[in-house]
Amino acid sequence: MEYILIFITAIFVNNIVLSQFLGICPFLGVSKKVETAMGMGAAVAFVLTIATIVTYLIQKFVLDTFGLAYLQTIAFILVIAALVQMVEIILKKVSPSLYQALGVFLPLITTNCCILGVAILVIQKNFDLLTGVVYAFSTAIGFALALIVFAGIREQLSLVKIPKGMQGMPIALVVAGLLAMAFMGFSGVDKGLAVLFGIQA
Amino acid sequence: MNNFKVLMNGIVKENPTFVLLLGMCPTLGTTSSAINGMGMGLATMFVLICSNVVISSIKNLIPDMVRIPSFVVVIASFVTLLQMLMQAYVPALYATLGLFIPLIVVNCILLGRAEAFAAKNGPVSSFFDGLGMGLGFTMALTLLGAVRELLGTGKIFNVSVFPEDFGMLIFVLAPGAFLALGYLIAIVNRLKKA
Repeated sequence: MEYILIFITAIFVNNIVLSQFLGICPFLGVSKKVETAMGMGAAVAFVLTIATIVTYLIQKFVLDTFGLAYLQTIAFILVIAALVQMVEIILKKVSPSLYQALGVFLPLITTNCCILGVAILVIQKNFDLLTGVVYAFSTAIGFALALIVFAGIREQLSLVKIPKGMQGMPIALVVAGLLAMAFMGFSGVDKGLAVLFGIQA
Repeated sequence: MNNFKVLMNGIVKENPTFVLLLGMCPTLGTTSSAINGMGMGLATMFVLICSNVVISSIKNLIPDMVRIPSFVVVIASFVTLLQMLMQAYVPALYATLGLFIPLIVVNCILLGRAEAFAAKNGPVSSFFDGLGMGLGFTMALTLLGAVRELLGTGKIFNVSVFPEDFGMLIFVLAPGAFLALGYLIAIVNRLKKA
């Protein structure tokens, strides 16, 4: 039950893009077509889940054990960068079809702040490994959902006439604002569900 | 004079937020008030200047193949330094900005300037590039923060301008960040053409 709650909260209530402002760059950058948005969403889901497991283990067994917690930022970013490279190489060898679908997006992911952000959040929130993985995966689903919906709207936007000054980024940001407003409608759902599941009175 | 040009380039012509559209996450995430935006801008500026100077000084020692990872390590070291300094001297601001301080590492402005400027120029002009870009970023964040704070709560830098009851709370919340930035960029686009 607790996992379902985390799942729903991370997707709708605390959506990583629309309410926590992480991963805005790919959100604005690769959202012109629904197809590329899906590719990016899948690539992020894949890398985010693996990266969270690896960084969690590094934090618990290396940084905490040797009292090196202050090296967290450096260690995590290096691990994530190396991991993305490794995933790319392994995918190319093991599953060329998957590589073809995700390949172009993988190098972009290293500088996607939601990967590092979620890795740090999982440590900060003191999750255990399984909860962390569920949290990371649901966050990635939330990211993909926001990205795909946003891309769908932008595809339609390209068909209408927009005032000159608003073309491109400004109108995209306004659309994102409206989308964020729509997602605000979910706020409070997490508390209701917590009561429903009997986790919180 | 040349350094002055480099400085102004970052503030006006290639303003990282309004023109290059880099570093959107902290821009949107930390500008719920003018003072927070300014704090984030200054923190980024500190890392940007330090990493620019160091990278331009050691650029000849780094093999081309491992260029990007080395830049990232330099940037991450300064971010860690900044984290410790902020925790010691401005703990309140550090708590408010929270996650966005370690996330300076993945701010595209830093790696972008390291790659586009510091890797090709000397330490002195890299310093001015960092200063200019940093100031441009700080100004943009302060402006966005001020607009959101004013529309949302009727204050600027905690100084009351009109009663809070008339404020539109939405501008302090998440959707307001997107809306305010969208319209600010539209205004900048309009001004550029004039």
